Amino acid sequence: MNTLIEVRDLSKTFTLHQQNGVVLNVLRGLNFSVGGGECLVLHGHSGAGKSTLLRTLYGNYLPAGGSIRVQHQGEWLELVGAAPREVLQVRQQTLGYVSQFLRVIPRVATVDVVMEPALARGWKREDAQARAEHLLARLNISQRLWQLAPGTFSGGEQQRVNIARGFMVPWPVMLLDEPTASLDDGNRQVVLELINEAKGAGAAVIGIFHDRLAREAVSDRHLDMTPPDLDPQAPMASSVKETEEC
Amino acid sequence: MNAAQQIDRDAVSDRTQPLLKVRGLTKLYGPEKGCQDVSFELYPGEVLGIVGESGSGKSTLLSLLSGRCPPDRGVIDYRLADTHKNAGQWLDLYSASEAERRTLLRTEWGFVEQNPRDGLRMAVSAGANIGERLMAQGVRNYQALRAAGLDWLNQVEIDPARIDDLPRTFSGGMQQRLQIARNLVSGPRLVFMDEPTGGLDVSVQARLLDLMRGLVRELDLAVVIVTHDLAVARLLADRLMVMRRSHVVETGLTDQILDDPQHPYSQLLVSSVLQP
Repeated sequence: MNTLIEVRDLSKTFTLHQQNGVVLNVLRGLNFSVGGGECLVLHGHSGAGKSTLLRTLYGNYLPAGGSIRVQHQGEWLELVGAAPREVLQVRQQTLGYVSQFLRVIPRVATVDVVMEPALARGWKREDAQARAEHLLARLNISQRLWQLAPGTFSGGEQQRVNIARGFMVPWPVMLLDEPTASLDDGNRQVVLELINEAKGAGAAVIGIFHDRLAREAVSDRHLDMTPPDLDPQAPMASSVKETEEC
Repeated sequence: MNAAQQIDRDAVSDRTQPLLKVRGLTKLYGPEKGCQDVSFELYPGEVLGIVGESGSGKSTLLSLLSGRCPPDRGVIDYRLADTHKNAGQWLDLYSASEAERRTLLRTEWGFVEQNPRDGLRMAVSAGANIGERLMAQGVRNYQALRAAGLDWLNQVEIDPARIDDLPRTFSGGMQQRLQIARNLVSGPRLVFMDEPTGGLDVSVQARLLDLMRGLVRELDLAVVIVTHDLAVARLLADRLMVMRRSHVVETGLTDQILDDPQHPYSQLLVSSVLQP
């Protein structure tokens, strides 16, 4: 298996200085790796740190310790402690992140929002536009909306615009934070197809999926993120279990 | 995509070297008034936001960086453009002559003032404002100056028919866009901005931000932008420096600083913003 992302002894704490310096240990001693064409699904109840893990991998949250290494343009790059411009490079070329929420930029048309990741990689505008329109059509965004800014769209439409943007370019490593949440069956099916196509193209996928059908459609392995204090059987040293089948 | 990769490779030597190297920059007007011991490197195409409360030293730092005010201590090195006669060499900003610094400010650098009246010549037309840097660079052909004026008015979304009007007949938002055009016409590599959206109402701000965002990407500008508006910082800046009482208390990727601030003051700053 060609490993594309490797996480060793990763921990994340939040120190809330405004609230008497309370320290929250959200992630402790995480170890896993994901290879090309494989989907690792994060398990755990709400508050177990699943989204925190994805955000930490993306560099949005600062890790407290450990190592996150990714295959970036043919070389291993350590993301913990990397310079901002290195992280931005990795986000442009290697590491994609799709959440349920679109961060709307005022006045920018939907089709431009979707094709931005491709233009950032230097695609020709025609190629980017063709791909963006293909994805918007596939995700059932009405053509009359393509030239409008998505700020006024419904929640579901914004979510699908964000998914189109997330799948605009091929990513070696993809982080998915409940991309199928609150979609209707037809659109959820499209998203699951997109994920399986990305896997087929060799992407390593790490995702959170609350609905069982979505999980079963894409998952290869899962990572149990139940905190050790809630699971008395788990030895402290390896609080996280990796299992082959879910 | 092959063509783009080719361009990437050609530009790679330029982009892997910093444009600006700042070490130990200090200028104090009183205890904790001003800025002290600021060090960073800025790369081509990178947008650095400086955030912090009023009086934290943001504007002092910007004056030092842009060559307007010599520091008490510290060094600013700038890598000259390939078009410069000393192409690719490092220029120590405050060891250089006044003339060299001024040339730099008119050609390879730009400065967008918070108040457009400070950055524009209010007594001459919009077209003359845009043409000034080109004339300083020796462009004398009226047609060429006029064409540049029309082109840049268009790029900053001002009706080109307004080219002969005086800036004081423009709205605040238009004046700010004219100031941006006036700076960008010389093709600068590095632009300093001091609260560029500060005096504008919100609807005008969004338009200006979107315009600036587009221009920064298109022209591959390196920008140092001072702002106390964290939403502006999020939209424009790649990375942030948080200042408090003359010190830089935290630096990092913009979204990391805003979503997971580490320093007590950064946490206070971020948590104090009302979410619209």
